[in-house]
Formats: sequence, structure tokens, C-alpha cells
Amino acid sequence: MRPGAIHTHSLRKSYQGMRAVCGISLNVEAGEMFGFLGPNGAGKSTMISMLSTLLRPSGGRALVAGIDVRDDPKEVRRRIGLVFQEPTVDTDLTVRENLAFHATLYGLGKHDARRRVAEAADLVGLTGRGDTLVRTLSDSMRRLLEIARGLLHEPGVLFLDEPTVGLDPQARAEIWEHLRELRHRRAITVFLTTHHLEEAEYCDHIAMVDRGRVVADDSPAALKRLIGTDRIHLRTGDDQAAAATLSDYLGLASAWGPDGLYVQVTDAATAIPWVCTVLRVPVHSIEVRRPSLDEVFLRYTGRTLDGASRPEVSL
Amino acid sequence: MTVDARPSVWSRLLRRLWWETRAAHVVWQRELLHYARNPARLIMTLAQPVVYLLVLGTGLGAMLPGGGGYPTYLFPGVLLMTVQAPAIAIGASVAVDREAGFLREMLVAPVHRVSLLAGRCAGAATVATCQGVLVLGLAGLAHIPYAPELMLALIAEMALIAFAMTAFVALLAVVISPTPTFHAALGCVLTPLVFLSGALFPIAGLPVWLTALMVANPLTYVIDLLRRTIAPYLARPEPAAVHSPVLMELAVTAGVGLLSVLLAARRLSRPR
Ligand SMILES: Nc1ncnc2c1ncn2[C@@H]1O[C@H](COP(=O)(O)OP(=O)(O)OP(=O)(O)O)[C@@H](O)[C@H]1O
Ligand SMILES: [Mg+2]
Repeated sequence: MRPGAIHTHSLRKSYQGMRAVCGISLNVEAGEMFGFLGPNGAGKSTMISMLSTLLRPSGGRALVAGIDVRDDPKEVRRRIGLVFQEPTVDTDLTVRENLAFHATLYGLGKHDARRRVAEAADLVGLTGRGDTLVRTLSDSMRRLLEIARGLLHEPGVLFLDEPTVGLDPQARAEIWEHLRELRHRRAITVFLTTHHLEEAEYCDHIAMVDRGRVVADDSPAALKRLIGTDRIHLRTGDDQAAAATLSDYLGLASAWGPDGLYVQVTDAATAIPWVCTVLRVPVHSIEVRRPSLDEVFLRYTGRTLDGASRPEVSL
Repeated sequence: MTVDARPSVWSRLLRRLWWETRAAHVVWQRELLHYARNPARLIMTLAQPVVYLLVLGTGLGAMLPGGGGYPTYLFPGVLLMTVQAPAIAIGASVAVDREAGFLREMLVAPVHRVSLLAGRCAGAATVATCQGVLVLGLAGLAHIPYAPELMLALIAEMALIAFAMTAFVALLAVVISPTPTFHAALGCVLTPLVFLSGALFPIAGLPVWLTALMVANPLTYVIDLLRRTIAPYLARPEPAAVHSPVLMELAVTAGVGLLSVLLAARRLSRPR
């Protein structure tokens, strides 16, 4: 097995006996966009603090960029970029000063630093804002500045702890646009935490955590496949005839609703052409509903991500 | 002929040292920028020692029998308060940064904690010394001559004292958490130390236990150091509270500063 960019084996952390992370084993491949998805207090920030050497694990092992976080924390720190959950820009300095400060801490030479500061600012759309005091920037721009700062020393792994926390949907979309742009331009492993489901959908690989344990770990598509099937919502000229045809020719069971037929299939994309071929009645509309990650989380924890427990699955 | 492609231990060490020095330098620069961008803070921290000198020095001096010399007596204490204000503010900002997160941003960088702390203390020392120079301008009010050698010596001493105090306060900030506890501890330690240092009044005829506290108080030596630097330039030198060698006093101040930096760095580099 190729060691991933991040590899942990039953990593644990307790705070004065309170167990925040209880034995997490992960394998994040190099170049992946990895999402660590969990509700408040699940242990996401604790996990990031351990992987970035700011917190000593109570047990287990963690390799980041091939290096054990306990053996050589300094080398790990050199190879990672980190954006904290809470804002950590210096609001009394300008954008450029914040970036230059960071560049020097990472040992970049003056010339190199100037070039990379410009590059990083460009990547997050802050070009031309160099001399703006950070205090006067909007929340999303400050976040983008932090991301730019985390990228300045060209780390192999970038940790983002809830990069869009506290931002409105428009600002969130903006951050994500820049993250996608980043993946496009650089080969980098991104480890991000979130409790937004739609953000997890953008990841190549997600792990769902709850109370310090991983409850599911796979690609978003695979996780959703695991819990269920796609649903096709059909509206036809004659629902009864359509249902009979689908059952006879394709062996598909369907359910009647007041507004049409519901058919469960494993993969809607391949099923729809067949459905259209066999049906002899007029088809007014076809709609596909895919299972959501929220349902996956609910299945494994009995709760939804925002903490509410929903007794029944609506399907 | 063989060429060793690997850089030698010495050149690696030198590069490392250069890296750390530059890191300390930007941290220093950041402190200066903060002060430069908040002129209100500068004025407020300057106001206190000036008020002490004018109000306490002249007011109290007029009440005391033969109190004409009181402003002179008070002057080392005024200098101490001048450097103390920014030293405490910047040392304590370690606690603020820890909570706000900027400290974590620095700690996750691959630099030695000693560089980060030393840069910060040097920043505080610079700010404090600049303010000290302004207050030195009032030396005439305390009947202290503006002799160039005296002024230079006082400036150097203030820089050293500010560095050591910042380091000590930063050590407290790193060791004592949460932040409100730290601020309470700071207030409850520093005020008695100033009163017991002989900065405001000569300490004589105290009960034994207070005298013991005075002898153990590092500020006593700091005040004594300043006082004895000034004494040779005065027409009527004051009797000193303690008589320890000036060199020892300098060494103790520098030692407290260095030790604090090292201990605080150790504490910071140990992940919780
Ligand atoms: N320094 C600490 N001391 C004691 N308990 C802590 C500490 N930090 C975190 N915890 C506890 O550990 C658990 C996990 O916290 P953590 O911050 O890792 O969660 P999180 O998933 O990042 O949550 P959030 O979404 O709110 O950021 C929580 O129950 C929290 O109360
Ligand atoms: Mg968190």
C-alpha cells in the first residue's frame, strides 16, 4: 500500500480524561481533496491540531507527508500549510505585510518571497489589495488572505479548519471557487473540515466523524451508493400501465404517488435509457433524486449533521 | 578530486541562524508597526509616568520637609514606569495572541520559539526605549543634568530593563492561563513590587519580612541601578537603598530576561 499524504493509525486525544478523538485511522492519498465532516464538538479541530503538531496525541500514530508528527514536528510544520478555524490574521497590518511576515517565518528569501506573495495574492483574487489594512477587509477576503498565507511556502498538504465558517452563502461559494482554482493550478493535498454537507460533496474523499469516531470513510458517491439507491420520479400519461411495463420488462418495483411514479434503481444514469425504451405510454417528465450525505450521516449516527435527531427517514 | 555536494554542518548552521535572525527581525518589526499605527496607545502609556513626575514629584515634594530633592529621587521610578508600560503591554499580548490565534499561526511555523520571543521582547525594548528617551527630556524638571554619557547610559539600561521585563511578563502569560487569571496575577504581583522597590519612597525601618521581600524583589536592583547611574552627576547624591555592585545588577537583569525567554520558549514548544 502506498503511504498516503496523511496516514493515521488509531490516533487518540483526551483532555483531562475527556475523550475528544477516540482512535481514528485514516488514509488520505496525495493530491486528494479530503473532507472531514462532523457536527460541532466531533473532534475535527483536535484532529487538525494533532496532525499539525500543535497538540500531542494521547495515543496512536500519525504520519503527515511521510513524517511522524512526534518524531520530527519541525519538518512536518515546514511541509504543511494551516488555516485555523478562528481568524489569525493581524488586522493592524496590511495584506502584503501579513504575507511577508509569514514568508520570513518560513525562511523564504526576499526575492522569492516577493514573487510568491504576488502569486498567492493572485490565486485568491487579492491582487491590487496589497496595501489595504486587513482591518478594512471583508470576512471572506480575510479568509482568502489566510488561505493565501497557508499556501505561500508551497506546502504539500494544506489543512483548512472550517474554511467557510461564519460566512454567508455567497462568500462560501467564492471561497470554494478559489479552492477549486487552487486544485487546478497546484498538486496539493487538501484536508478540510466542515459541517456543511454541500461542501463535502465537492471533496474526492470524506470521512464522517461523530464524537471522536469515524463512522463512514469513502468517496461521497460511494457513501451514497452504500445507503441506497437513486429514485426516479416519473410522470406519464398512464401510471398504472407504466408500472406494469417496468415490472414486467425490467423487474423494477414502483410506488404510486399522487404526483406520479417512484422507482428505486441502483444507478439512475444507466436505468433511464432503459426506462424510456420500454415504456409505451407518453412520458411527461423524469426527475432523479439521489440519496444525500445527510441521510448517510443519519443512517450511521441516528442524527442529522446539525444535531437534530430525526426519528424517521423520509424517503 | 571529490566534491562534497552536501552543505557542511557549518554552512547549514549558519543558514539556520540567519533564518532564525530574520524571523526574530520580522516579529520585532511587527511590534513597531503596531505601535506606529496606534498613536493613541503611545500617548496613553506615556501619560502615566509624566503625571507621576509632575503631580507626585512636585506635589508630594512640596509637602515633604526638605522635599526639593523629591523629583530627583522619584526620577528613576518614573523611568521604570515609562519602560514598564509597553513592556507589560507587549509581554501580555502573548496571552491575547494565544487566545486570538495569531500566536498559533507563529507556532505552526518552522522557527524556534526563542526567535519569536526574542523578537517580541526586542520590539518591546525598542518601543520602551523610544518612550524613555522622551521622558528623559524631562530630566531637567528633576534637576538632573543632560550629560551625554549619563543619557546614553540610561538609554542602554532602559532597553535592557524593558527587554527583561517583557520576557518575564511573557513567561507569566505563557505559564498562567486562562487570560483573566493571568491579568489578575500580573496586577497582584507588579504593584507591590513597584512599591517595595524603593522607586517611590526610601525603604528604611521596615519590618524584617518586608525587608526580605525588598531584597528578593528584582525591581529593587533595577531602581538601584538607575539611581546609581544618576548619582555621580548630582550635586547632592542620595543615599541608596541597597548596595550591590552595579555589574551584578546588570547581570541579574540580563539573566532574568534570558532565563524568562528560555523558559517561555520551552513551555511553548511543548505541545499540550
Ligand atoms: N483545550 C480543550 N480542553 C478541554 N476540552 C476540549 C479542548 N478543546 C476541545 N475540547 C473538547 O473536545 C471535543 C472536540 O473538540 P473540537 O474542537 O476538536 O471539535 P470540533 O469538531 O472542531 O468542533 P467545532 O465544529 O465546534 O469546531 C469537544 O467536546 C470540546 O469540548
Ligand atoms: Mg473545530
